[in-house]
This record gives sequence, C-alpha cells and structure tokens, in this order.
Amino acid sequence: MSDEVNVPPAEEASTDTGKQAALGDDLDLSLYESQVAEKPSHIDPATLSDKDKRQMMSAGIMFDDLSQRSGTFIQMDNAPIHSSVKQDGIEVMAISQALEKYDWLKDYFWQAVAADTDKYTAHVDCHQSDGYFIRALPGSKTLYPIQACLYLAKSRLIQDVHNIIIAEEGSELHIITGCTTASGREPGIHLGVSEFYIKKGAKVTFSMIHSWTPETGVRPRTATVIEEDGLFLSNYVIMKPVYSLQAYPSARCIGENATVRFNSIMVAPPGSRMDLGSKVFLNAKGSKAEIVSRAITTGGNIIARGYIEGNCPDVKGHLECRGLIMGDSGTIQAIPELKGTLAGVDLSHEAAVGKIAEEEIEYLMARGLSRDEATATIVRGFLNVDIQGLPPLLHAEMKKAIETSEQDLF
Amino acid sequence: MDKKNLLEIKDLSVSVDGRHILHDINLFVQPGETQVIFGPNGSGKTTLLMTIMGFPRYQVTKGRILFKGKDITDLPLDKRANLGIGLLFQRPPVVRGVKTRDIVAACLKETEGSKATEQLAEKANLTEFLDRDINYGFSGGEIKRSELLQLLAQAPELALLDEPESGVDLENIALIGQLINDLLGKIHPIYMRTHSGLIISHTGHILDYVNARTGYVMCNGRIICEGDPHDILTTIKEKGYQECVSCPMK
Repeated sequence: MSDEVNVPPAEEASTDTGKQAALGDDLDLSLYESQVAEKPSHIDPATLSDKDKRQMMSAGIMFDDLSQRSGTFIQMDNAPIHSSVKQDGIEVMAISQALEKYDWLKDYFWQAVAADTDKYTAHVDCHQSDGYFIRALPGSKTLYPIQACLYLAKSRLIQDVHNIIIAEEGSELHIITGCTTASGREPGIHLGVSEFYIKKGAKVTFSMIHSWTPETGVRPRTATVIEEDGLFLSNYVIMKPVYSLQAYPSARCIGENATVRFNSIMVAPPGSRMDLGSKVFLNAKGSKAEIVSRAITTGGNIIARGYIEGNCPDVKGHLECRGLIMGDSGTIQAIPELKGTLAGVDLSHEAAVGKIAEEEIEYLMARGLSRDEATATIVRGFLNVDIQGLPPLLHAEMKKAIETSEQDLF
Repeated sequence: MDKKNLLEIKDLSVSVDGRHILHDINLFVQPGETQVIFGPNGSGKTTLLMTIMGFPRYQVTKGRILFKGKDITDLPLDKRANLGIGLLFQRPPVVRGVKTRDIVAACLKETEGSKATEQLAEKANLTEFLDRDINYGFSGGEIKRSELLQLLAQAPELALLDEPESGVDLENIALIGQLINDLLGKIHPIYMRTHSGLIISHTGHILDYVNARTGYVMCNGRIICEGDPHDILTTIKEKGYQECVSCPMK
C-alpha cells in the first residue's frame, strides 16, 4: 500500500459522527430503518422472482446466459445472497467472507475512502456493512465481465454497502455493476462505499448503471488508487429518476504513467436532483486523466462537477462537461475545476450548457428526418460518449443499456 | 401549369429576419435539366436555395413554389426533402456525436447491416469518415464530398447545390464534379435523365466538370440575365458583374 493515501486509521472514525456531507442535500437517516448486515447466503439467481429479475436486468444484470459472465454477485438490501465465480485467478465473494479468508484484507479497509468523510460513510462503517470483494490475482484477466447487483428491495430501508476491488499486478478486471430498487415509489436510501486498488500494470474497467426510483436517496462514496502503469476506466450511467443523488468519486494516480478516465452519462427527469462529478489527483510523473460527462435535463436539476489536480511534472488532464437542456424546466450547472501546483502540468477543460441548436435539427430535417427523429438522433449522438478500452461485448451491452433508457426520453 | 416543369418558381419575394432579400423571382427547371446561378456575394443566391428547401427563417412574402406540380410554398422542410428535394450545404453544421454513417444510413432509409453506406462512401472516398462526427474537423473538400455522399444516399430529383466547388483544392474538384454528375444522372442521355440540378457558383469553375443548360445571373435579389452559362461566364470573367447590372438586354 502506498503511504500517499493519507487517511485516518479506521478505528478513529468508526462512530456515526453525523457529519454533514460537503455536497448534496442532507438526507435525514433517522427517518429510515438501519440494519446490521445479515450473513451471506447462497441462492440460485434463477429462483429470484420475475419482478426482481426484471428490475435487476434494467440495471444491466444478466440472468439467461451466465456463461457470458466470469462471476456474479448479488446483494439484496443488506444481505449478500449470491456470489459465484467461473474463472481461475478471479475472486468474487461477500466482503465478510473475504475478511474471514484473508487476514491482510483489513489493511485495505477505509484506506482509499476515509470512514469519517461524512455521516454516510460513518453509517456504512457502523453497521458492519457487507458488499462485494472482487480481486484478480497477479496476471489474471477476466474473460467475461464480472457482474454485481446491489438491490434495494425493502421500503424505508438504508442499504449499506462496502466493496473492495483489487487488481493485482498485471491483471485485468472488467466489472459491470447494476444498482437498483424494487419498482414502486417506496422511499429508501443506498449508501455505497467502494475502494479500488489497481496495482502496477493492472487494468480495471468499471461500468455502473444506476436505475432508481423518484423516492430513492443515493450516496455512493468511491475512491481509486492507481499504481505505476495502471489503468482505471469508469463508465457511469443514470437515466432513470432519483430523489437525490450525490457522488464525487475520486482517483489518485500514485504511480508513474497511471491513467484514469471517467465517463458519466446522466439524465435528470422532473423531480430528480443529481450532483455528480469525478475528481482526479495526478501525483506521479506521466500520469493522465480524462473526465467526460454528458448531462441532460428533461426537468430535473443537475450539478456536473469535475476536478483535476496536477501535483507532478509531465502530467496531463482534460475535463469535458457538456449539458443539454430539453424542455422548459430543469437546470444544469457545470463546475469544472483545475488545479496545478507546479510547472510542467498540462490541464485543460471545456464546458458547455445549452439547448439543441436549431441549425443542427434543420440540417437533419433537410435529409428527410422529422423534427422528432432529428432531435432523437442528436440526443443519441450527444450521449454517444466514446467509451474506449471496453471489451466489445461490454461495449455493446453498455450501448444497449443506454439505448433502452433513451426510449423514455422521447 | 406546364407539366414538364419539375420546379416552378413564380413571382417569388422573400425576406429574412424582416429584410427583403429576393424580389419577383421567376425560374423553371425541367426534369433532367441542370441550371447554374451566378452572382456576386450577397446577391441572394443562397437565400433562393434555402427558400426552395424550406428553411423557416426564409419567409415567402409573395409568390409560389411548385414542385412536381404541387404547391410546396407552405410545406415543412422535411416534407420537401421526402418529396425529392435535396440540398448541398455550403457551410453545414458540426453535429457532435452523430456519425457520418448515421446520416447516410438515415438518407438511405436502410436497415443496419446494409452495404450501401460503405459502397457510397467508397465512391466519395470517405470510408474513413463514416465513423467520425459529421463535419467535425473536415477540410473544405471533405465537407463537399460528405454533402454529396449524403445527397447520393438521398437521391433527390432536384439537387440544390450551394457553391459545390468553394474551398475545394484541385485534387478534389474532379471527384466533386464526378459525384455531381452521378447525382444528376449525367451518364444517361438528356432525354432519359430524371434528376435535375440547380447549382450556385461564384466562380464558375464547376462548369469545367459539370455541364449545365441554362445560366442565370442574380444581383441584388433579382434575376437579371438568363442564357448560355458559358457565354454568361465569359462575360462575367471579362467585365465583372457590374456589366450585368448595366446590361441593356436585361
């Protein structure tokens, strides 16, 4: 572990401090039921109810052909209910099981994310939360993506999740995570801590689809540490309503030539409040970051943040925030930030918020497309973030997930 | 009306953002015929094409436009495109994220997987541009070829070509000419051609590659001369547009 990840020891922070988060609405956790994590069980995903399966599939989880997955993990509320792996060199299990198996794992706990960051991380810390442990042994590469589903089924519940992902030296992990709730309008809260450790020369692609309801409060807390020549590629998609979502995942490039790319696609329907961004610290020579976000409001409010800090010579970072306002209400506030602390850093950003240019609609109409078809084509193009580095199968699945959600837009 | 005309423009006056630009335009295009409109910058040539295509900003204040005998004066842009009118934009917009392939496929109305897009792109030497954002970072010649690629996919009966040679280097202009000839079915004898063209040219270079039967000169929003395009061009080259304005024959 690097000593550059400077956070307080876990034991000092393991109380529910009630510290308000720096960003986002202050969710009153006392209005919801808290649970201590239940013991992991192991059920066959095929035996889940059709309704639950349908919801999980809407967040990109696959049930019909598990041969297309190197591993699967499902957590329902606060209980891991399934974990399986189909490939040597890859580990997928509940974090509670992993802690029993590996004594050293506690050294990774709360190292990338500080337990006392805010009241949400403190809540996760206090409730012996479970979650997934995914690890690729040195040199191992996933043949198919590993899928993980965090499913909030019970009304008025706080789901606490703590995930740890470790890509050992020279390994490669492709993970797709779907987070969703049982359909309906029941309120609930999802608190998810995820800590990624990407070792020398390892590569992790992490594609997350969120599919919540208009009554769900969501507070993911994610941080990644990337060592020399490591690569982290994160794709995040939310196109369904949510009551309040705030997340500002961070990545620290601590090894030479570490590379990170965050792609985020967010669509806020009326009533949704989203405050989302990505933050990168370029702390080692030759490290690179790219943050790309696309935000669309059809009536909801979005704050699209981005932050790149260059703390070493020969680092390069680019930040691109683009927002599209469709309809008469809704706001998008783009807040791109760059900080260079010495000469030799190369940081840039571009941000744009507006409506679809009439000139572009007319251009497509002159080719015979109706106004609605032209608008749909432009919006589809706007959301068509160039997702590099994904295996073709995963690329096709992400595209499909986005296209399916697009249907709600028009 | 004369059934032989594909396009009829009668006494057309047009204003843009409240400014009167075109005055009493009369123009007729027959099936298979190619016509060229010359004129100095700001004379109203582009306004005429944009009005025929149906862009809402171009307001018809007087007169009618008929296409295939149907009055299209009040018809929306996309309906005119679907009736068989296509436009080569002089300065098309960049549409980020929308790939050249997407638009060509939409013009072809083809289902995914068809080879027609690739075949046309090869013809226009634009295969490598199919998966690029439309018009993003395209050079002058690439823009014109991309416009022609889309028009070839659309196959309009009336192609409105707004300065197809502007910004095109010598290497590209022959290919541009060839694509226009394909678009207008010039490979066929005139009596068999069904596709017509109305070309705007500032310099007339395109006439070295594309034959046209009739030429017009437009100045200050009016058509002031009609005749053999080569004769007109020779006069313009020798004496400039000022001669057209003062011409006693107009």
